[in-house]
Amino acid sequence: MQDQKLAKQLMKKSKTARYERFGHLLSLSALLLIMAIVLGIIIFIATKGLSTFFRDNISFKDFFTGVIWNPGTKTPSGQQAVGALPMIVGSFLVTILAAIVSTPFAIGTAVYMTEISPKRGAKILQPVTELLVGIPSVVYGFIGLSVVVPFVRNTFGGSGFGILSGTFVLFVMILPTIVSMTVDSLKAVPKYYRQASLALGATKWQTIWKVVLRAATPGILTAIVFGMARAFGEALAVQMVIGNAALMPHNLVSPASTLTSVLTAGMGNTVMGSLQNDALWSLALVLLIMSLLFNLMVHFIGRRGAFKK
Amino acid sequence: MNRTQKQSQIAILLLRLIAALVVLILAFLIGYIFITGLPNVSWKFLTSPAKAFTAGGGIGVQLFNSIYLLILAMIISLPIALGASIYLSEYAKDNWFTSMIRTAIEILSSLPSVVVGLFGFLLFVVQFNYGFSIISGALTLTIFNLPLLTRNIEESLASVSDDQRQGGLGLGLSKYETIVHIVVPAALPGIISGVILCSGRVFGEAAALIYTAGQSAPALNFGDWNPFNIDSPLSPLRPAETLAVHIWKINSEGIMPDLTQVSSGSAAVLVLAILIFNLSARYIGRKIFEKMTSMN
Repeated sequence: MQDQKLAKQLMKKSKTARYERFGHLLSLSALLLIMAIVLGIIIFIATKGLSTFFRDNISFKDFFTGVIWNPGTKTPSGQQAVGALPMIVGSFLVTILAAIVSTPFAIGTAVYMTEISPKRGAKILQPVTELLVGIPSVVYGFIGLSVVVPFVRNTFGGSGFGILSGTFVLFVMILPTIVSMTVDSLKAVPKYYRQASLALGATKWQTIWKVVLRAATPGILTAIVFGMARAFGEALAVQMVIGNAALMPHNLVSPASTLTSVLTAGMGNTVMGSLQNDALWSLALVLLIMSLLFNLMVHFIGRRGAFKK
Repeated sequence: MNRTQKQSQIAILLLRLIAALVVLILAFLIGYIFITGLPNVSWKFLTSPAKAFTAGGGIGVQLFNSIYLLILAMIISLPIALGASIYLSEYAKDNWFTSMIRTAIEILSSLPSVVVGLFGFLLFVVQFNYGFSIISGALTLTIFNLPLLTRNIEESLASVSDDQRQGGLGLGLSKYETIVHIVVPAALPGIISGVILCSGRVFGEAAALIYTAGQSAPALNFGDWNPFNIDSPLSPLRPAETLAVHIWKINSEGIMPDLTQVSSGSAAVLVLAILIFNLSARYIGRKIFEKMTSMN
């Protein structure tokens, strides 16, 4: 009897072991919740976004190549007017232009911060870029509206709203992001690379250009892709300055629109389940897929260029 | 001086110019926000309700909404992020499951906030029928906040020295007890600064809130703190336009005559709040660290 009781007691899990199991499960379930949210987002938006094609019978070709966006009405040739090309082109244009303008500035600043004047970099530029990464996008949009748009209007004519203003705003928005990530990747280049290069008689510039930047290229590319992802997904700041006309952009100063600007401006004015609404969800799906692609690019670059120490 | 040296000097001069230009742009930005904004900020501006058609409106309700949403979102997201980061830094093995989860978190953190907002709209506003409300907004902000907060907390847990863990285990504590009583307290300064930094991001977020917390700020009765009354400030089911949404909203369709003043004042308040968040994250992190290390 006594033995049996003892055996039972010994076989039973101790309180600590049960506690341990509880903690393990608790933390795991928090993680699984995040997992479920990510899956939920992808599934929800994919279902809603695909219903344009499968329930409303819009062909992929009409959606991705059509240039007339006015869901619910028909184009002159009799098709549904759900051509998303103007928005897709708008989104890519502002993203690529902003990245092209930002990159030289960002790399130059990052090189200055790490190679030329690290002290001043750490004291002034570092805190300022950190603050700017945190400035809300509506504030950028507001400054764009009150500074950039009038500037563009006075310099290039037109209304001032358009791709060019969007590019300017995004340029300033993604600059701090690219700078701080480039700084990290430049700092990851081992010191002896620089010492070896200088010891061979290379000038400072040759060292920077031929050694440091080459070694940090994957990291810099990642930084640029991150900046582009941010620009592509940015909604309000762009929406405030781009003019919101769902037309193919003919030049850089005529009103245009991006995926995000149409989404934010239109979602409130449509009825759930209607074609107008479904078409907007398809735009959201395009946005989601692009965000996944940017992620894939970052992974790809990271895997190829991880710094082996 | 030979050619390459000259080239080097010119290139470095160019780099200095670029850096100076960037500093100039950044200084202009911050200067512009504060110089045009701060003169419009007064106690009355911060406390009185907004006016739709006439001048002289404030941002009182919006400011309260922003703070209330931030607190709610943090209360919901902190335990989840803490649990997830404990698992990632203490329990997770290096296998496909872990790397899949890390990828999922990365995806979530890189999703455009408007997509997160639309998901919140679908799930909370439409599916759960919460409508445009504080609770929809807080839950959406939680999703928006989770990946970054998890990563921040995980980093601070990972920076706790392994000696601490071994000490706990050596005393006969279970792994979980070691985490709760030793690792988390040791990582507290990092966790707190992570929370504050994330707060700054949540505070300024607008795109995720337009279609979840809504774009209207009904007048509140600040004498009634019963959360079940619809005009009580605490009511979770009322629509709540935040400060960031307010700036967007009045600039896209506002018709009040002092629109520029109100928006620049709001922008200055928003940036000032973020600045305070950033500085206090550093300061509090350092203070707690000093206090905790001097105790031992």
